[in-house]
Amino acid sequence: MLDGFSAEVLARVQFAFTVSFHIIFPSFSIGLASFLAVLNALWLWTKDDTYQVLFDYWKKIFAVAFGMGVVSGIVMSYQFGTNWAVFSDKAGPVIGPLMAYEVLSAFFLEAGFLGIMLFGLKRVGPGLHMFATAMVAFGTLLSATWILSVNSWMQTPAGYGINEVGQYIPLDWWKIVFNPSFPYRLVHMVLAAYLTTALVVGAVGAWHLLKDNKGPASQRMFSMAMWMLLFVTPLQIAAGDFHGINTLEHQPAKVMAMEGHFDSHPDGAPLILFGIPNQAEKRVDYAVEVPKLSSLILKHDLDAPLAGLDTIPDEDEPPVAIVFFSFRVMVGLGFAMLGLGLWGAVMRWRGKLHSSPMLHRAAIVMGPMGFVAVLAGWITTEVGRQPFTIYGLLRTSDSLAPVSAPAVAASLTAFIIVYFFVFGAGVYYILRLMGKRPKVGATEDITDGPIRTAGTTQVAHKGHKNQRPAE
Amino acid sequence: MFGLELSFIWAGLIALSVLIYVILDGFDLGVGLLFPLSKDEEERNLMMNSVAPIWDGNETWLVLGGGGLFAVFPLAYATIMPALYMPIILMLLGLVFRGVAFEYRWRTTRWKGLWDISFFGGSFVAAFCQGIALGALVQGIEIENRAYAGGWWDWLTPFSILTGVAVTMGYAMLGATWLNMKLEGRIQAHMRRLAWPFAIATVVFMGIFSIWTPFLDGEYYIRWFAFPTAIFTFLVPALVAVAVFGLFQGLRRHWDVTPFLCALALFVLGFIGIGISFYPHMVPPSLTIAEAAAPDSSLKFALVGTLVLLPMILSYTAYTYWVFRGKIDPAEGYH
Ligand code: HDD
Ligand code: HEM
Ligand code: HEM
Repeated sequence: MLDGFSAEVLARVQFAFTVSFHIIFPSFSIGLASFLAVLNALWLWTKDDTYQVLFDYWKKIFAVAFGMGVVSGIVMSYQFGTNWAVFSDKAGPVIGPLMAYEVLSAFFLEAGFLGIMLFGLKRVGPGLHMFATAMVAFGTLLSATWILSVNSWMQTPAGYGINEVGQYIPLDWWKIVFNPSFPYRLVHMVLAAYLTTALVVGAVGAWHLLKDNKGPASQRMFSMAMWMLLFVTPLQIAAGDFHGINTLEHQPAKVMAMEGHFDSHPDGAPLILFGIPNQAEKRVDYAVEVPKLSSLILKHDLDAPLAGLDTIPDEDEPPVAIVFFSFRVMVGLGFAMLGLGLWGAVMRWRGKLHSSPMLHRAAIVMGPMGFVAVLAGWITTEVGRQPFTIYGLLRTSDSLAPVSAPAVAASLTAFIIVYFFVFGAGVYYILRLMGKRPKVGATEDITDGPIRTAGTTQVAHKGHKNQRPAE
Repeated sequence: MFGLELSFIWAGLIALSVLIYVILDGFDLGVGLLFPLSKDEEERNLMMNSVAPIWDGNETWLVLGGGGLFAVFPLAYATIMPALYMPIILMLLGLVFRGVAFEYRWRTTRWKGLWDISFFGGSFVAAFCQGIALGALVQGIEIENRAYAGGWWDWLTPFSILTGVAVTMGYAMLGATWLNMKLEGRIQAHMRRLAWPFAIATVVFMGIFSIWTPFLDGEYYIRWFAFPTAIFTFLVPALVAVAVFGLFQGLRRHWDVTPFLCALALFVLGFIGIGISFYPHMVPPSLTIAEAAAPDSSLKFALVGTLVLLPMILSYTAYTYWVFRGKIDPAEGYH
């Protein structure tokens, strides 16, 4: 099936495929872990049952998503060696320790406290359970910090030297960890995870509101998600703008591809809204452009000169069309999220947040868009770095392991089949959990398996017996 | 000189994390291996729940083994992984199947059987591939110019198949003795009966392995039959005999904890034996520990944090095991 492709192409596709699946789960579980910690804290603080219902509801979804994140992540940590051996040998001394720190400081923390968070409420009591929940959330954030430092170092390497066998060796750890693009990438990615989660939570709330499950739990989650969108989207757009300006400084070719600037513009570059990049002819076909706007955004000056891809040797250019389109998808979705957040605010102000079917339908449509934006963003970042794995230093074609094409073709095929089957089933189970009504006592359902106890607390019982179920 | 010592400290730490991985994930993969031998659904539920709160932590030691190797012995990582391409990828896929089964199996009634099979199949493939990887590593890996120089089927030999079977049997023994410790009543009795054949098989395979290894490679032979390491040639088997005695005695007398501890001891001893064969190589026969090590600055940077974090990890891991200690109570719910 995959005959005729080189081992390099196949290994690239395999890496892109597996990491794209992997990033979907962390973008959701980073946000959801924090959301759960907040729900748990609010419940302990206000003693309002609704928070506990929401906690139990999302906890089950979290457990499934987290499991998928873990197994897809383990695959990633071995793939550097199996497929990118030369890269591993050369870059290992610099990025290896960062990844080891990720395991030691983040993965163990998450895994160690996850069991207590999911199964241990009755055994440790609410205080320690809250602590465990907070540790899981903290762990996911630490994990993002280290891995993004690794990725950023590959984008904007700093603080390294080269030894006699051609390995990159660390000279200044501070400069390596806090390399020039790291702060921007970290902020942008964490906000992206929060937005992704807010959109999912909002969509689930909206779904139940539309289906006339207007209990306090549905309302509370929809309202929380709308607040989140309203405040975080503008921050994310601002963070993206700073990120782009930083990239212009350190990886100009990537920004040229994002903008579709094949030619240099000595006095003010236009912003190309749409068009079809034609890399062979070095122009953008059917371009719709706004004069000088790109210079304004990137340089804060209408007439500032901007160099184009004509200043970059052909063999160092990234594939323009992919970067150009994926960037537009991300930015477009960013503004759509802003629109949804504002719409929600207007409805809230008019007192119709929970009774506006149009708004709820829009929230459902936007539900999965965080994932799309995250993937689009990563594709911009990673494809824009080509043809290098370590920007400016190590070419992708020089990074490969001595594996044969049939071996990689076989493993790639296996990954595709297994991932679609296994993660397809997982997504289906998650959607089914989301389709259930969030209500007090729902967690006592027999088929709910391992997580049952945590729901069977004093409060849940009381709620069940003494008052009308929440919905 | 200092560099040499650092790399040896690191070799010890990596070996420690692989050992911890093998014994911890060993019993929880073992629980998966025993799934098809279970009698009914109730039994399977209890079996799985005995490891549900801790499996993720157990598996993290594997990530540390891989990530640690990448960090401090990048050359070993960059040569072992391509050499073992197939078994590693298969192991990862196996871990995917068994990892998701922990949650999926509770989310469906119609497909529960499917995820039970995936839990067993994934555990089996992962265990067998880990055994194969061990055998292939002991056999040796060809390296030229800082790269793997063999073919992509080199790992497959009678010896590696033997180690594959041996490790699988060993994990099943760990699983059965773990369940003997965690369960009660008829299920405990069933697990105790199952422990017998796997324990016997493990001991037999360990014997074959130990006799075969010294003849694989001249160096192993010297290591085992020349002074001073030859002391271990007597010490290790003697301790193995003690552990085996304790294991069978414990099973016969229906003790809860002893069989599991003795099974763990067997693994630790086997591991020490392999360590003696390897030393001072990282990847036999071509790469020594010192050759494979990353530059000092990497080793130092990683070591500082490890010395702080590792004790913390060990203590909260111990705490988690403490929280979920004792027999599984079927009425309690999470089970
Ligand atoms: C730790 C490093 C790291 C991290 C966090 C990521 N990547 Fe990456 N990516 C690589 C390290 C890398 C790499 C090892 O450097 C690859 C493999 C081949 C290559 O050219 O770069 C790569 C390639 C690569 C490609 C193929 C590019 C091409 O060949 O044209 C895509 C589409 C992605 N990645 C996508 C992603 C996504 C969606 C990520 C979100 C998590 C991501 N990457 C995170
Ligand atoms: C190629 C790069 C990556 C590798 C090698 C990798 C590796 C891993 C591994 C091994 C795990 C499982 C840990 C466990 O056993 O608990 C994991 C989970 C996780 N990863 Fe990644 N990862 C990568 C990219 C990313 C990125 C880009 C992010 C986020 C910015 C991220 C965030 C997380 C988080 C939060 C988890 C916890 C599990 C979850 O939330 O689903 N990872 N990763
Ligand atoms: C609307 C305004 C936005 C702008 C101007 C913007 C800008 C950027 C830029 C310039 C990059 C590439 C940086 C580089 O590789 O050097 C990037 C990457 C990325 N974007 Fe955005 N972005 C926006 C919205 C969003 C939204 C709404 C999301 C997700 C919810 C998102 C998620 C990401 C991710 C995950 C990456 C890759 C990781 C990274 O480099 O941080 N972005 N963004």
